[in-house]
Amino acid sequence: MSDEIESVEDFRTRARAWIKANLGPVQGWDLSQHCEDDDEEREAVARDRALQRKLFDAGFAGICFPKEYGGQGLTPDHNRAFNEELAGHEYASRFAVPTFSPCASTLLEFGTAEQKAAHLPAILKGDEVWVQLLSEPGGGSDVAGITTGAVRNDKGDWILNGSKVWTSRAWWADWGLILVRTNWDVPKHTGMSVFIMPLHQPGVEIHRIERLNGESEACQEFFTDVRIPDSDRMGEVDAGWTIGQRWMYHERLGHNSPYVCHPIGQRKAGGPAEPSTVALARRSGRIDDPAARELIGEHRALGIVTQQLSHRIASAAASGKGNTDMSSIDRVFRGVASARRATIAFELAGATASVWDEDEEGATEAVGMNFLMRQVGSIGGGTTEISRNVVAERVLGMPRETSGDKGVAFRDIQRGPKRG
Amino acid sequence: MLHELTSDQDMLRDTTARFLSDRVPLSKMRKDRDHPAGFDPAYWTSGAELGWTMLLVSEEDGGGSVSGNGAADLALIAYEFGKHAAPGPLVDCNVVASALSGQTGDLQSAVLQGLLSGADIATSCLGAAPWMQSGSESISIRRDGDDLVIDGTVLPVESAAQASYLLVTGMSEGGMTQVLVPANAEGVTIKPLKAIDVTRRFGKVSFAGVRAPASALVGAFGGADAEVARQIQVAAVILSAESVGAMDAAFDMTVDWAFNRYTFGRALASYQALKHRFADMKSWLEASHAISDAAAEAVGKGDGSAAELASAAKSYIGVQGVELAQDCVQMHGGIGVTYEHDLHFFLRRVTLDALLYGTPADHKRLIAAMQINQEMAA
Repeated sequence: MSDEIESVEDFRTRARAWIKANLGPVQGWDLSQHCEDDDEEREAVARDRALQRKLFDAGFAGICFPKEYGGQGLTPDHNRAFNEELAGHEYASRFAVPTFSPCASTLLEFGTAEQKAAHLPAILKGDEVWVQLLSEPGGGSDVAGITTGAVRNDKGDWILNGSKVWTSRAWWADWGLILVRTNWDVPKHTGMSVFIMPLHQPGVEIHRIERLNGESEACQEFFTDVRIPDSDRMGEVDAGWTIGQRWMYHERLGHNSPYVCHPIGQRKAGGPAEPSTVALARRSGRIDDPAARELIGEHRALGIVTQQLSHRIASAAASGKGNTDMSSIDRVFRGVASARRATIAFELAGATASVWDEDEEGATEAVGMNFLMRQVGSIGGGTTEISRNVVAERVLGMPRETSGDKGVAFRDIQRGPKRG
Repeated sequence: MLHELTSDQDMLRDTTARFLSDRVPLSKMRKDRDHPAGFDPAYWTSGAELGWTMLLVSEEDGGGSVSGNGAADLALIAYEFGKHAAPGPLVDCNVVASALSGQTGDLQSAVLQGLLSGADIATSCLGAAPWMQSGSESISIRRDGDDLVIDGTVLPVESAAQASYLLVTGMSEGGMTQVLVPANAEGVTIKPLKAIDVTRRFGKVSFAGVRAPASALVGAFGGADAEVARQIQVAAVILSAESVGAMDAAFDMTVDWAFNRYTFGRALASYQALKHRFADMKSWLEASHAISDAAAEAVGKGDGSAAELASAAKSYIGVQGVELAQDCVQMHGGIGVTYEHDLHFFLRRVTLDALLYGTPADHKRLIAAMQINQEMAA
């Protein structure tokens, strides 16, 4: 029968042969998304678009996406097999997150037939890179507290005003998925809607945010009377939170999503490569110091425990014994453990973490900078404080904090100190 | 504890759980603090009948696991020991039983049979270990003609005064040696000690020119290093699982307390300052379950990762288990440090377990040595 699905092992064999014949070795800018300058980043983006097109032409793009939208109509197991075979090879690393997950995943789940037909094939061909426009300058963890608003005009279009922030790489991306307020007269969760929008159009100004370590991948967007046609609305008016919750679920899945093409069994993307703790201790002459060895062992043990905890929580979720809120336990642990590990590396490097020689291979720059950026792991994607609330309230069942926004029309919620 | 237990594993765990609740409730433990052995002989033989000492022993020697992975099965028993703060030398009897499984020799077989039936207790005198600096081992074993001669002192040794046999580990020329010695052999002195855990008994064991025949060797003279390392992995699995059980008991008790204790007109559980601490504790607890299970699985299978996982479990739980128990005390306030309250049983248990068979610091250094070797080989 023609609609019979190829077995995972046959698919794997076919994928392996194609990957070996067509993809070069993994690049530095794949392992870490770090580029030396904007020119190099543009080059990397162009390479990613071309690679994605190559996958599409060979019939390996969007393995879990339906065939009608240019995907392969296969299963998460096929995707996993492909990702395993991909390890060690170059890949379209800038397409993985957030383009495929959460953006394309959310589009597939909630988009209209027209929206899906217009954008999913374009994404799979490498023509559209997407970003998520979620966080706002006025509030990070309180996602539903957004104030960027859209108002419908007499032609039926929506006029958007406000600002979004922490959007990774928006300066060269193409389209955005955006959550906005469309009704200020109802409680906050019931007055939001979701739209899709081109990023480069009149009324959109994109600023880049420089972080303390000098990189500037994150952006802030300012919207002034941006027109969005009603055909670019996703889901019902004011029902955006329903989509938003699934959107954030896809975001939490990140690189583990079945919709993402990303090698398995390869070091995760991060900042510049960091020397091992053993190398750091050697460099500072402390390799035989028992105290340094305890730190090396603690660093390694914490890494192992972090992996095992993630595995435990994922398999509990898969077997139905855990709930999705358990992922917040993982989030808290990762944030705290990554900060501790950055601190250990910093301690082992000693004074050499403070300075580095630009010409030296394997310099200690990353150790000092990773230490300065240590808290990012406990902030990005929702702070560990919010996750602690989730663990206490939804896992342990403890009472919620009293809040000032329950059952109150959004326009009446206090958003700053009372004056006078 | 593992999410997915086979029905046989669940029965093994549940039978022990019910037996411990019935035979050694905390009310009894509280009264028995001056009991010389900490438990009655019948308690131990009944436990042996439930499978407490057979799981790491081969079927040919009269043992057997329930799932095919004896260490994973034993971890379930150990978890219940921790959850009930149960008495008895579970760790040492299993370490010695696993050392004797597959050994030939009349003495070795007789001691193993005594362990399997619960009639005998044998304990481990670890006078040399991989984390010790060369020259700082506390027991030496040398040859003298056909005999072996043991000298030195080791502490803490669990159930030393109750044991009929001692598995002595000492340093010899060329490496570690293990010898099985009757506890009443000439030159052996056992001094009972006071211990931080009131449910368990320890002693100091001294060897003054103690002689044993070569037939009492377990493994080769000077060639026991790998076997000692394996026994330490086994101990790390049991102690880690036991600590996780104790952590679960302490945490559950403290969550209940937070819901039931009111202050300033609100339950403790409603204060964000405390909720965040409970969330952190919950993350340590889940992480401890995860690493404990992974270590048991790997050690039981003899995986290449077993040594690293066992030391990761022992060092992580050794630190964070104690921190969790101390935080539970803090959440309770003054009542948390009274003898009348149950919490101290679990604080004692995790604290003691952290120190046996290598401290967290010892195991961190073992992991570092593994990593240094790996990077040198790469």
